[in-house]
Parts: sequence; C-alpha cells; structure tokens
Amino acid sequence: MQRATLNRMTPYAFMAPAAIVMVIALLYPLLYMVWGSFRDWNPAQTIGETEFVGFKNYVTLFYDPAFRESLSVTLRFAVIVVGVEMVIGVGLALLLDRNIRGMSVLRTLFILPMMIAPVVVGLMWRYMYHPTVGTFNRFLKSIGLEGVDWLGQNALMSVIIADIWQWTPFIFILALAALQSLPRSALEAARIDGATPWQQIWHIKIPLMMPVLIVTCLLRLIDAFKVLEVILVMTEGGPGLSTEILALRISRTATEFRELGVAAAMSNYLLMLLLILTALMFAYTKIQEAREARLRTAAEEDL
Amino acid sequence: MPTIRLDNLVKRYGAVEVLHGIDLSMEENEFTVLVGPSGCGKSTTLRMIAGLESVSEGEIYIDDRPVSHLEPKERDLAMVFQDYALYPHMNVAKNMSFALRLEKRPKAEIDRKVREVADMLGLTPFLHRKPGELSGGQRQRVAMGRALTRDSATFLFDEPLSNLDAKLRGQMRAELALMRQRVHKNMIYVTHDQIEAMTLADRIVVMHGGYIQQQGTPEELFKHPVNKFVAGFLGTPPMNFLDAEVVDRDGAVWLIGKGFELALDGEHAAAAKAHRKRHVTLGIRPSDLDFDAEAGNETSLELRVIVSEYIGAHSVLMCDCGGQQVVVELKSETPIPLGETLRFRVNPAGMHLFDRETENAI
Repeated sequence: MQRATLNRMTPYAFMAPAAIVMVIALLYPLLYMVWGSFRDWNPAQTIGETEFVGFKNYVTLFYDPAFRESLSVTLRFAVIVVGVEMVIGVGLALLLDRNIRGMSVLRTLFILPMMIAPVVVGLMWRYMYHPTVGTFNRFLKSIGLEGVDWLGQNALMSVIIADIWQWTPFIFILALAALQSLPRSALEAARIDGATPWQQIWHIKIPLMMPVLIVTCLLRLIDAFKVLEVILVMTEGGPGLSTEILALRISRTATEFRELGVAAAMSNYLLMLLLILTALMFAYTKIQEAREARLRTAAEEDL
Repeated sequence: MPTIRLDNLVKRYGAVEVLHGIDLSMEENEFTVLVGPSGCGKSTTLRMIAGLESVSEGEIYIDDRPVSHLEPKERDLAMVFQDYALYPHMNVAKNMSFALRLEKRPKAEIDRKVREVADMLGLTPFLHRKPGELSGGQRQRVAMGRALTRDSATFLFDEPLSNLDAKLRGQMRAELALMRQRVHKNMIYVTHDQIEAMTLADRIVVMHGGYIQQQGTPEELFKHPVNKFVAGFLGTPPMNFLDAEVVDRDGAVWLIGKGFELALDGEHAAAAKAHRKRHVTLGIRPSDLDFDAEAGNETSLELRVIVSEYIGAHSVLMCDCGGQQVVVELKSETPIPLGETLRFRVNPAGMHLFDRETENAI
C-alpha cells in the first residue's frame, strides 16, 4: 500500500522543480498583475499601500477614447499584416516549391529578415524611411517623384510594411514545409485528371495545406497583437496615436502616466484577446484530431 | 480506339540512363502488362506514357500522333496509382467526378456517370465518405472508379494491387479481370508480380535493366522464353537451372552434367548441335518433372528429396541433383519418402537450353 502510493507519487516528484519554476516565473507575476489591475496604484507605492478600486480601471479604459484608438490600431495592424503576410508567404511558397539550381540559397536568403533582432529592424527601417536622407525618398526623388512622408502621414502603413518584410518569411517556411509534405501522387493524379496549375493550387494544394495555414495564421495573429520593439524604435507610437499599439500604450501608461493599475487592466484586456485566439487554435486542433479519430473508427468498421 | 507506340524511348536522370531505347507497340484494346523486378524501368516507362516524366530521347505515339511534348491531360488517359492517390479532402463522389467537374460537364451527366461507375464497383454506399474513412480495398476501388468515370481511351495502372494483402489482392485481381471484360479500352498495367501479369495480360512485356527482354502472349513467354531471365522470372515455383555440357555420343546428342546424363530429342538435339558452344544451361520447370521409378536413365534425373512442402493439391519438393538444387512440383497424392534418391522423368517438351555465357535460348 505504502509502496504503491510512493510509486504513484514518483512522477510528481520529478515534475516538481519545473512546476515550482513555473509558479514563480509565470503564475506569480500573472496573479500579481490581475491583483494590481483592481487597485489605484502609483509606482511610488508598494502594492500594500494602494487602494482597492474594484473594476474602476477596466470601466475607465472601456470608455477611454485613447485606449479604444490604441485597440483599433492594434486590430488594424494585426489583421492587415497577417492578411498580407499570408498571401505573400503562401504565394512565395507555391512559387518556390520546385527544384531549381540555387533554390536552397534563395530559401535561406528569404528567411534572413526573421533572424534580425526587432530593434535592429526598427532602426534600419527608420533610417530608410527618413524624410530627407532615407533610402526610399532619395530614390523617389532621383527618379523625379515627390518624397513620401513615411513616418508622418503614412506612419501606420510604414510600420505595417516593415512588419510584413520581417515576418512573411515565417509564413513562407511553414507553407513551404506544408507544401513539400503533400502527397506527390495526388498532385500527379490531378495533372492526369486535367487540372491546370491554377486548378491544382485551388482544388488540391490549398485545401490540403489548410490545417497548417490556419495554425500558422493564428500563431502570427497572437504575435502581431504583442508587437512592440519595431514600432517603439520607428515611431514611438506617433505621430499622435496613429501607431500606438496596445503594448506601447501599456508601457507608456506604466512609465509615463505612472498608473500601474490601469496598465495592468490594459494588459489583462490584451491577455483576454490572446486567450481567445489561443483557445481558437486549440479548439481547431482538437476538432481536427476528433475528425481523424472518427475517420479511423469508420474505416476499421468496414474492413 | 487509339494504338500506342513507343519508338526508341530513352530516359536519363543526369548521367544515368535508366531506359535504353524501348520499342513497343500496343494493339487496339489490348491489355498490356509491363512486368519486371524493381528498378527495371517499367514504372518509368508508364509514367513517360502518362506524361509525368519527360522523355529524354525517342517518341511516344498515340494514334500516330507524337505526344511526348503534351501535358498529361492532353493525352486522353486515366491512371490508377500504387498508393491510390485519392484526394484526401474530397469524398468518394467528388474524387470520382473531379476530372468531369474540371471539364465543366453538366451536373446531371456527372451524377449519372458517377452513379453508374459506383454501381459497377459496389461503391454506392460510400459515395459520401472521405478516403480516410475507407479500407484499403475500397480505396483501391475508388481509384479505379475515378479512372473509369473519365471515359478515357487508355488506362494506365501503376502496380495497383501491391499495397493490398494477399487475399484482397487475389479478389481485386479477379475484379480487374472482370472489368477487363466489360470495359474495352487500351490498358497498360505495370506490376512486379508475374502472376498478375500472367492472369491479366493479352500481351506481356518483360523488362529488365532498362531493356525489353521479351514480349508476347503469356503462353508464348511461358513456353518459349528467349533467355534465362525471362524463363526464371515467369512461373512459380521458378524454373530449375542446371549446368551441362553438350556431348556427341553414339550418334546421339547428350547433355551431361553433375549427377545426370540426358539424351536430347530430335528438335533440341538439332538446335544444340547447330550451336557452336558446348557449355549450356538446362532449364526445366518444376511441373515438367514427374516421379517415375521405371524411367530410363537417359530421360530422367536422379534426385535426392530433401524437403517436401505440402500446399494443398500440389506439393513442392526441394531436391538435390549433384550439389545443385532442383524443385519439383507434384500432385499431392503421390507419396514421396524424404531423404531417398528417386527418379523423376523429364518432359522432353519442357526442356529449355540456354547459352551459359549470353544466357540466350538456344
């Protein structure tokens, strides 16, 4: 009896160190943030000295036009970048899924942007976007066109372009991997059935890649909602609030406005948004697994 | 119906030549089987006819029209793949109608066609299932159904039965033979299984090492193989080969090998005499040996029986003849004591002589 209990406990003993680290590093700060979001909290105070205000922070934020603007910028940013990245990434993968000499070098080149630190990417684009000495405007002027006010009038578009440049490769490599694992013979069958290259893409390749594409898309969305460094370096959220994404607003609320409680509440809104996306992703994989299990049982019944 | 002709077809992958000039012409409505061991080039040949592999040299003619520059869809053919190659995301009906839907045929016609073929193949209850929900045999039938709905002039089969278990394979082979009777089309079938080849083919093409070894009806190839490879490849259990010397003695022509001396009959004697070289290989099929204690020395082999495998109506005996293994196939009724040396009469018509160096039939 004693021995059996011990045996049952053994795995938990092995898991304990990891569990303790997780509680300290993940759960503690998270609960601390949730706790802080219900308080009126100035950085000068310890959390014990702060006043409990209930849902006031959340309610205030809900009606705060600046927060709403920031949320809307974030949503627009995320939806546009992920949408465009999916189209370009999948398109490139479809285009480069072939054996041409030098293709492996080309593929490596394509994924380089992803490997550059975001701060460096931000600086790089900031200089390229510079109104007078930046690469883009100098080029435009050299061919006789007007310069564009990249980080002024068109700031959101400019940061979107930078993000697309950096993260399209992520979708490209995943889509390429998905493409290369497609059953070759099904594609050959489609050729014999008379499908043109376009029809092969629409009727065979894309549907078969769908599971990978959906998960990729959700992963990128989650990432896009948390974007900070590149925009911080390029525009610091400006001009005005035009590129002030949530992560930036949270950090400014905490440091400039010295409202830790509000910042915590804002983080919680963002967290909830991400949780929904993550839940969607898990739900999708669960549905896929359930479907496969159902297929297997159905096939076994008919053997 | 078109006829298909291959003219000096060559395939190279880089510097490696895998097909060395294949010449082949298939009659209208003929069931042609390309058979050979793996790596012999049979699948490559089929895929070149299908248009899935490019042609390095030579030409493929369908109805005297060169097609090697055409896309697969322009060649009017349907293909059944070894791994079925069904579209996993479409149900059975969609799989079968894919080609017709691409052609934008009227919906009523597509429905009718799919129902007709599904009826013929017993797939009607499964039309709404996805391939993942089907067993191996059913998937195989869907693959066949997809080819049939197309109404193409030519059907290509790339080892369609090799992924099935033995029992199902036998069943599907019979179904194929039945389909063959109902559907009158050109069929080209690739397999490494000589039983499939023998049972299904109007014409067998035996390939080996990127060359065609021999082509003809199953009976022609079985009775008159042109070389040792074809002789050994077709037939189960495979043909026995014994090294022997051709010797003239007392006005007759004899074959003398380790543990046997056989007198050749007129036809074989003349052929052996005409052949200059003396070193030959004697080929005898296991079914051309028969237990006969009274047989004379000059018409029989003396074999020591080592193992007897009972396989129902027949038994297969593994025997020893002067250090070389000889397999004999007998009716099971004949009781054969193991370990004893017995006489087995050789059917004179079943003797095959091959040049030992070139391995060609004499």
